[in-house]
Amino acid sequence: MDEAVPHLQVRQLTLQNFRNYDDLHLTFPGGVIAIVGSNGQGKTNIVEAIGYLSTLHSHRVASDIPLIRHDHTSAVIAAEVIRGDRALMVDIQLNTGRANQARINKVAVPRTREILGVLTAITFAPEDLAIVRGDPSERRAFLNDIATQQFPRLSGVMADYDRVLKQRNALLKSAGGARRSNLEAVSATLSVWDEQLVEFGTELMCARNELIVNLAPLVVSTYAEIAPHSEPLSLSYDDSLSRSEERPVTYDPDAVRKAFLQALDTKRQQELDRGITLVGPHRDELRLTLGRAPVKGYASHGESWSVALALRLGSYDLLARERATPVLILDDVFAELDTRRRRHLAERVADAPQAFITAAVDEDVPVDLVGCWLEVDKAEVTQRDR
Amino acid sequence: MYEGVIQDLIDELGRLPGVGPKGAQRIAFYILAADPQDVQRLTDALRIVKEKVRFCSICGNVSQEELCLICSDPKRLLTMICVVEESKDVVAIERTREFKGRYHVLGGAISPIDGIGPDDLRIRELLARLADDGITEVILATDPNLEGEATATYLARMIAPLGIAVSRLASGLPVGGDLEYADEVTLGRAFEGRRLV
Repeated sequence: MDEAVPHLQVRQLTLQNFRNYDDLHLTFPGGVIAIVGSNGQGKTNIVEAIGYLSTLHSHRVASDIPLIRHDHTSAVIAAEVIRGDRALMVDIQLNTGRANQARINKVAVPRTREILGVLTAITFAPEDLAIVRGDPSERRAFLNDIATQQFPRLSGVMADYDRVLKQRNALLKSAGGARRSNLEAVSATLSVWDEQLVEFGTELMCARNELIVNLAPLVVSTYAEIAPHSEPLSLSYDDSLSRSEERPVTYDPDAVRKAFLQALDTKRQQELDRGITLVGPHRDELRLTLGRAPVKGYASHGESWSVALALRLGSYDLLARERATPVLILDDVFAELDTRRRRHLAERVADAPQAFITAAVDEDVPVDLVGCWLEVDKAEVTQRDR
Repeated sequence: MYEGVIQDLIDELGRLPGVGPKGAQRIAFYILAADPQDVQRLTDALRIVKEKVRFCSICGNVSQEELCLICSDPKRLLTMICVVEESKDVVAIERTREFKGRYHVLGGAISPIDGIGPDDLRIRELLARLADDGITEVILATDPNLEGEATATYLARMIAPLGIAVSRLASGLPVGGDLEYADEVTLGRAFEGRRLV
């Protein structure tokens, strides 16, 4: 690993009214931290909070509501993050009924997304099987998480794209009813939104293409190590333009923009009929293939796990290479893996500057690697010797 | 909950923009304790504003007469029109004293989510004004957000065939600010809109 790339480490974590924690303060060393306890005691809640600071959403639930302790209106996650030799404080207040508020070094930032990039972390959890087996939206969410950790400004582009998409869809829907009589007026307004959709969409597509180009070799080689007897894995970007005639030859912004506009033009009537936007990065797909068969639907249970693991470890390598070595979080996964995958994962854990591993029992943790044991029982966290 | 009329007052105040339940309660008790004359002045002002204020028949700005003070001012240039979303934007631009022309208030921005299309804004009135001779430049001063940009783009396209110069307010760095604190979008815009010195 390049010496110039700094390591990231969570040194302190404070949780207030977060999940089952009322007021928790923890200090972590570097190296491997095992968090052990029976189900429902609050192991995952700790790593979920760390993950939240890196992606601004939970890896388990879509909404923030379950994160806030029952009968409370807000929760706080605060962490001291070490990057190389600098310490940075970051915290976020999750609120019901009003916007969340984030701070860096106790100074409020205007938008929570500005804390993206302060703490980068890669979480591997049982939920990740959905990246492989779920809908295309799961794979887009996976790409978005890596992209925003690598280039935080993209989260602003994504927010703008989503807003334009909503506006455009609202217009298409209302136009469906109006029809003929003022079709001309509708297309005049529509073309205004087209322009913005293409502007933000082009940026997203170019960024996704670059991400997949950089990520693919890392994921493919990791997969080959974990599953040497399997067919080779390949990743490709199936952008929604490539499904129409107007596939851009290269992901040069001008070429994409032109192809995007052309595709919107071709689909106009269909879009008006259905009342939704049919082309754009919101319909992209990350295509995963084993040999010649798509992973989804064809891969075995074991192969699916290996692909999910390879995607996460490849992302870890990408962030480590280009930004800073992220914090590695393994949530309840060792129990799910066979011996070979366990061994491979343990090797990666051994190299990680900081890794959090949650498990129900000690046996589901690579025992020899652990430097710090935390026992969780009914929201009480105690440090113990092996 | 308070008794009848007091709660009614709190509820009414709470419907005002920017006033929450606690603020409404505070204002209600302030009014209860205030001098009757002060309260009379407030109720008069509320009544008169609804009776007297209407919208300028040229620009759509709030006005007490058929024409607003700006449209009826002979010193204002007739060749330039500055297009804004709301009356409060007129006040903001007037504070700069930079603009000598007249205004056109659209009454909002295009936003299909809220059901606002070009026909719901005073765009037809704007185009009618532009059809008259004498106007050489239109300045689009809609908000620098997605809806404001969409409205500006739409207007620029409608005005282009008329052969009138159209300009958009520049977006960029705040005066007196630090470059390093600017967000990427603003800084990016400032780069795009850079000028020769």
